[in-house]
Amino acid sequence: MTGTIQNRESFLNNIARQLGRDRLKEPLQKPEWKYNPQDKVLADATEDDLVEVLKSHCEKINTTFISTTKADLTVALNEAVKNYGGGPVVTWKDERFTQWGLKDLFNNEWSKQGLEYHEWDYTSGDDNIRHAEQANVGITISEVTLAESATVVLFSSKDRGRTVSFLPKTYIALVPKSSIVPRMTQAAKKMRAMHQDGQKIPACVNFISGPSNSADIELQLVVGVHGPFKATYILIEDL
Amino acid sequence: MPMKIGNENFSERVGKGINNSFMRGAVAGAQDSIGARRLHAVEELGNWEEWRSHGEEIRQHVLEHLDYYLEQLSDNIANRGGNVYFASTPEEANDYIRGVIKKKSAKKVVKSKSMVTEEINLNSSLEGIGCEVIETDLGEYILQIDDHDPPSHIVAPALHKNKEQVRDVFTEKLGYKKSSDPTELAWHAREMLRQDYLTADVGITGCNFAVAETGSFALVTNEGNADLVTSLPKTQITVMGMERIVPSFAELEVLVSMLTRSAVGQKLPSYVTVLTGPREAQDVDGPEEFHLVIVDNGRSKILGTEFQSVLQCIRCAACVNACPVYRHVGGHSYGSIYSGPIGAVLSPLLGGYDDYKELPYASTLCGACTEVCPVKIPLHELLHKHRQVIVEKEGRAPVSEKLLMKAFGLGAASPTLYKWGSKLAPSAMNPFTTDDKISKGPGPLKAWTDVRDFPAPNKERFRDWYKNREKGESKS
Repeated sequence: MTGTIQNRESFLNNIARQLGRDRLKEPLQKPEWKYNPQDKVLADATEDDLVEVLKSHCEKINTTFISTTKADLTVALNEAVKNYGGGPVVTWKDERFTQWGLKDLFNNEWSKQGLEYHEWDYTSGDDNIRHAEQANVGITISEVTLAESATVVLFSSKDRGRTVSFLPKTYIALVPKSSIVPRMTQAAKKMRAMHQDGQKIPACVNFISGPSNSADIELQLVVGVHGPFKATYILIEDL
Repeated sequence: MPMKIGNENFSERVGKGINNSFMRGAVAGAQDSIGARRLHAVEELGNWEEWRSHGEEIRQHVLEHLDYYLEQLSDNIANRGGNVYFASTPEEANDYIRGVIKKKSAKKVVKSKSMVTEEINLNSSLEGIGCEVIETDLGEYILQIDDHDPPSHIVAPALHKNKEQVRDVFTEKLGYKKSSDPTELAWHAREMLRQDYLTADVGITGCNFAVAETGSFALVTNEGNADLVTSLPKTQITVMGMERIVPSFAELEVLVSMLTRSAVGQKLPSYVTVLTGPREAQDVDGPEEFHLVIVDNGRSKILGTEFQSVLQCIRCAACVNACPVYRHVGGHSYGSIYSGPIGAVLSPLLGGYDDYKELPYASTLCGACTEVCPVKIPLHELLHKHRQVIVEKEGRAPVSEKLLMKAFGLGAASPTLYKWGSKLAPSAMNPFTTDDKISKGPGPLKAWTDVRDFPAPNKERFRDWYKNREKGESKS
């Protein structure tokens, strides 16, 4: 459904008048920028260099960094959840969890351990939000991972609720090594390419760098304000 | 609150500021620590000047083509099912937003930090129709529950309060029983606000940058409050100053990086959220209905003038953190929600010289602001331009400057008078002088000497010293 636009013509005509010209009607080509400093950041870094940058920046943003392989992912994730005090756990509904061999952990192992688990399911509506709000751990997957700022990038959808990464007390991101890029520049390029290919940009794209924090009282850092208190990234080396 | 804060005049505000020793210590400490972090964050890039030039070329291009990009933005938002309202005045913006609120029969609104909503006084407009409005940024929340104490810094609004004052406010207003430890205080706010996010009917946000090509916009926070404001309520209203726009994601990421490095020395904050339209049909979270309100409120009058470059601003407050005048007088002295050098340039343009004619004089024109600005706004030159306009076109320099200039003009115009005056100065100042310093100065010197000593005039004038030196008589 198309939305409404109100008061536009007089508003924009006034801007053009102030700028001393008529309204611009022809499609405008973006200029060739004279400067492009962003392309130079970590331009020569190898994939392993980028992992090191990511890892070292995690320390600066109070984020636990774990490196594992696809074969050991189940053990590593189970361990990370236990370190955060166990369930309830909430995750997206995502095929990749199955491909990475995590379904047994989610559906059998955790119930044996008495740990409560909820998989996001859009057919049950707001019930998902209640689960996320009660959860101790939220788990999601990074689409693009920015080495420079230790940032995971999440694309929302009906199966990938936004609040899974925000409402639970702690947060775990799964990071395929192949998703690592130097910085936000490459993520922006990817998103722009999606748009130019005619794909819809997800309604919400989250760039998350560690747990939530604030320095609003006497500039003293408090970790854990409106979002999670703690964050862990699990790097999967062979994905 | 509106852009203008309080009814005291400039010197009353400054008087309060310089006598508030906690605030002055806090501001100095904040400037030093944020300043050092900013410097580290920009220097590690190794080519910050190139970044600044890129920031500048992006912002200048956008302003020159603003009508085009706003048209593209609004088309793309409507295509994604969002509604766009162009508001020339605060009244138009508030009327539209009240209309949405009424249509939804909304009783509770959660808000993430937004300067433009302060500028249009949105909160009181909504409270006027019986709607509860809750600020969720920790700093804004503290100020709101403290009977709407005004913000004193663009990025850290509660900078002027110490943790004991925050505890006292929490104790009085929220029945808080714990300590003044910032972590305990913040976690208490978390608990209080969690329920509000879950029960609010409408979420209202500002906009760090809109993206014309895709109809998206970005929100930048460390707390994660903007994410809950935009995920949980069924209706979302975003308010943006009309100049806060970039052509595409390519420019968005550059400016977001520059914003967070300049504001707090972070490579990126904990949360950068890029939203496009309302939620998709089967999504569970995110708003069902989305409204973007694009506000002019005096900005278009700046376009095409010698002040146009001020609209390049990305609200990082690096200039505030670098300003020696802000350091001493604090944010409230500016009498505007926009403080520091950017406030001294912008407030008179948006609010008029009647209320803000002193602000361009609250500067030493040292240029520290211009040097740190990530998008190269020539702030100190714009302050100087304001002074020219005030004196030449408006004919209303502040009284003290007029008197000084008159006296100087009179004295300097006649060599005899000048000689006489400068000879007289040491003895005229004698009653106020101890150890070659003036600590309680008269007239125009008073404001200065309230804060610090002023060097007393030399007993020997330069001309006399020079003459004597020529004669080989001087001991200096």
